[in-house]
Order: sequence, then C-alpha cells, then structure tokens
Amino acid sequence: MSMRFRVIKNILKQGFKGLWRNKGMGLASVTSITAVLVILGIFLILILSLNNVVMDTREKFDEVQVFLEDEITASQIEEIENRVKESDKVISVIFKSKDQALEEMKKSWGDEGYLLNGLETNPLPHTLIIKLKDIEYADSVAKSIENMEGIEEIQYNQDIIEKLVLFSNYIRNGGLVVVSILLLVSVFIISNTIKLTVTARKTEINIMKYVGATNGYIRGPFVIEGLLFGLIGAVISILIVSYGYNYFFNAASDKLYVLFTVYLVPPKALMKDVMIIFIAIGAGIGALGSLVSMKRFLNV
Amino acid sequence: MIRFVNVNKEYKNGVKALSNINLFIDKGEFVFLVGPSGAGKSTLIKLILKEENPTEGRIYLNNRDITYVKNRKIPYIRRSVGVVFQDFRLLPNKTVYENVSFAMEIIGAHPKDIRRNVPMVLSMVDLSDKAHNYPHELSGGEHQRVAIARAIVNSPPILIADEPTGNLDPETAWGIMKVLRDINRRGTTILMATHAKDIVDAMKRRVVEIEKGVIVRDEEKGVYEHEIPGY
Ligand SMILES: Nc1ncnc2c1ncn2[C@@H]1O[C@H](COP(=O)(O)OP(=O)(O)OP(=O)(O)O)[C@@H](O)[C@H]1O
Ligand SMILES: [Mg+2]
Repeated sequence: MSMRFRVIKNILKQGFKGLWRNKGMGLASVTSITAVLVILGIFLILILSLNNVVMDTREKFDEVQVFLEDEITASQIEEIENRVKESDKVISVIFKSKDQALEEMKKSWGDEGYLLNGLETNPLPHTLIIKLKDIEYADSVAKSIENMEGIEEIQYNQDIIEKLVLFSNYIRNGGLVVVSILLLVSVFIISNTIKLTVTARKTEINIMKYVGATNGYIRGPFVIEGLLFGLIGAVISILIVSYGYNYFFNAASDKLYVLFTVYLVPPKALMKDVMIIFIAIGAGIGALGSLVSMKRFLNV
Repeated sequence: MIRFVNVNKEYKNGVKALSNINLFIDKGEFVFLVGPSGAGKSTLIKLILKEENPTEGRIYLNNRDITYVKNRKIPYIRRSVGVVFQDFRLLPNKTVYENVSFAMEIIGAHPKDIRRNVPMVLSMVDLSDKAHNYPHELSGGEHQRVAIARAIVNSPPILIADEPTGNLDPETAWGIMKVLRDINRRGTTILMATHAKDIVDAMKRRVVEIEKGVIVRDEEKGVYEHEIPGY
C-alpha cells in the first residue's frame, strides 16, 4: 500500500464515521437535498413536457382554419379558395366537409370513437384548411378574407403558441427561482451539519495541524461526509421521481387522458438525464456545503 | 536549525509582541526561552510553527526560508518540528498508543513503521505499560509524556515545548525534563519556553530571555535570574 492510498483510506474512514456520528442532522441534510431534487425533477418534467406541446403545436398549427357557414354555396367556397391562393405565403388550401370532419374525429378518438355515434346532428362546420409557410403569416392571410361571404369564423393558433411559450417561460423561471432558493437552503443545512462534526473533532483537528496534517487530509473527511449526504439524497430522489412519475404516467395514460399523455416526456427517456443531473447536483451541494462550513476555520 | 533575522511581530490589534529579534539556534542545542508573562515567548514559537507570520524580518528553519510560505506547504514545515504544550492536548477517546500512532497515520506512515516506532517512543518516555490506557486514567506527568511521545514519533529534528511543565508539580516536572534531556542527547534540537526557575537554573543550558518583545539576554549555561511574582 502506498502512502497516498493509506492516507485516502483514513480520510474515507473518518468521512463515514462523521456520517454516522451526525445521523440526526444528517437526516435533515438528506431530506433537504431530496426535497430540492424532487422539486427540480417535477419542474424538469413540466418544462420538457411543455416544450413538447409548444413544438407540436408549432408544427401542427402552421395553418389557418376557416370555419364556413352550413349554408355556404360551392361558388362562394371557390371564391374564398381563389382569394387565398393569390398569396405566395400559402402552401395549399384543402376543403374538409362537415362529414369528413366528423369521420376524422371518430378516427382520432380511436376506441372511444363510438361515443360520437350518439350525436343527432353533426356539430362540426365545413372547413377550409389553409397551410402556411409559417404561422406568422396567419394574420395577413386571415385579414385578406375576413369580410367574404359564408365565413363563420377564422381560427389560427398564433396566440396559442405565444401564450404557450410565455407560460413555459413562466414555469421555467419560476422553477429556476424555487430550485435556486432550495439549493441555497440545502447548502446551508449541510454546512451546519458538517459544522457539528467539525466541532466534535476540534481538538483532533487542532492536533492534526500541529503534527503536520495537510489541509486536504483535514478537509477530506468532511467533504466525504457532505458528499455522502448529497449522494444519499440524490439516490432517494431518483427513486421517488422515477417511481412517482412512472406511476403518474401510467395512470394518466389510462384511456381517459391519452390526448394529454402524448405530450408528457416518457419516463424512460427522462430517467437517464435525471440520474446524471441529480447525482451531480447532490454531490455538488454536499461538497459545497462542507467546504462552506470549513472555510473560516481552515486558515489556522 | 532555527534562525531569526531582524524579526518584528505586530498583532492585528496593534500589540507589538516581538521587536528586532535576532536569534540563532544550532543543531543539537537545548535552549530555554524565559521572560515575564506577555513577553512574547509563545509568539516566537508561533512564528516557527507558522501559526503567525512575522511583520518584518526573516525566519529560517533547517536552512530554509520559511518567512513566507504558501499555506499548502505549512504542514510539511510542521512535520520537521515536534511540539508540546502546557495543556497536553491528547484525544480523550484514544488510548495512549493510538494518541501516538495517530501522528504517524496522518502523514501516511507504513503500518510496519507505526508498529515499530510507537512502542519505541513509548518506552523512551517510560510509558510502555500504559500503552492501552486512556488519558483519563493517567496522571498529569504521564499525559505530558504521551504528548512528548507524539511530538517525537515522526523523528522531527526540532522539538518545541511551550511551558511543558506549567501544569505539573516540581517532582513530575523533573521527570519530564529527564525525558527532554534524553531526547536532546539523541540529537534533537530543543527550544523550551518556561517559567520554571529551578529547572532552568539546575539544567545549565543556553538561556534566551525576552522582555516586552526584545531579547535582553542570551547566554550559554545561563540561569533564570528573574523572580516573577506568582510563579
Ligand atoms: N493572537 C493574538 N492577538 C493579539 N495579541 C496577542 C495574540 N497573542 C498574543 N498576543 C499579545 O502578544 C504579547 C505576547 O504574548 P505571548 O503569548 O507571546 O506571551 P508569552 O511570553 O508567551 O506569555 P506567557 O508567559 O504568559 O505565556 C502579549 O501582549 C499578548 O497579549
Ligand atoms: Mg506563552
């Protein structure tokens, strides 16, 4: 065994001892780290899922839907189509009748499609679907036809997308603030926990200094202790988030919410990143907490 | 071994603890540092241990300039200086043996060396039979002998003692002095701050006297000379 190896072994041993000695405060540390990470996890899932929604909406709705009156004539429809096609921002115009629309809806509802058989009259309107080069042209295209005969309503999703982006920004910033505060609180709690070990070992540390222990040797056990608290918190929160989210995802995927779950990040795709992030943050908080607690005291 | 060149030390609060100290202590010497309370003896020792930095001047240890060294290097300087204090500073939850072996462990000594050196120094301070006792089972003199064993177990060339007999009765103090004399005979340089007049007078070693931060006397085979009330 080399000298360095023996030194490292001693440091590790002391680190584990500190962990054990500080079970009570350690529990507080682990709990706080777990709480931060679980909340971080929830925000991550929210943000990623919202991102999905935004992307999907952007793709799906680069079109303007023109709902037509039931009594509209074929020539009126043609007139509108021609007007629309004048614009070079339009890719295509497709007419979808009431019946086609209902049929498509049935299809998209899948197994639940039969529910629509109960309808007495078809509530869906005839629709012109205008595909645009980009959603940003929706306004001008809509304006060019809005006063024409036979049009009931023009719908496009520019503001939905804007609202979604705004909303997901709120969530992201809110998440950032909440997680940052909780991170600070955790560092504080950990540093106080480590301070207890430092105090408990004050004489020992003092003697160690006089006998020529390096700062690394003195600091090592505390960093290890903090790191272990952080890692334990990370593991617990990984378990909570992975089991919790899996459960939620499966429950939500239950037929009633199919439309909603397509936007949720699949748990499998998420967990690898979550594990890496959680372990890194857990270890980081732990190490930082112990360094903070010793900063003042080491310069002797 | 130890050299002070024009050293001044002023604490942050403005106290001038040492003024223009010039001092050379050669290898193998046994030096008493005497002077009234507050004279600056402990300050001088703290400068050697790099617990404090001098305000002015230069300090050399083993021919190395240690006036300004990086914090990172300080532990290695301290490994060449064993140190003993008035209040022993033993770890209560470790046995005598462990209190000593601990000093070797932290510098990563080989277990074989630890098993060989610890019993050796314990026998030097005449504590072989107390190796497995805990500090609370020891007398004051025995406490100090453990502290000495710990200070010399890594064979530092210099041993510094700040009032090592301050908490001991005269007879026990003499026991400690015998141990220190033995250690000095084996070649270790010793610098000892003390108020113990009879010890200084009887040992007839070099005496350096400080008063108000100034060296007022430095003589071979000196005596304590000053009466200090309360000591
Ligand atoms: N850390 C410090 N900060 C400020 N002043 C200090 C500090 N340590 C010591 N002093 C002052 O420096 C002067 C010298 O103190 P020092 O401890 O060196 O004296 P001493 O000779 O060891 O005394 P004693 O015999 O009582 O141990 C004293 O006036 C003391 O108050
Ligand atoms: Mg003193």
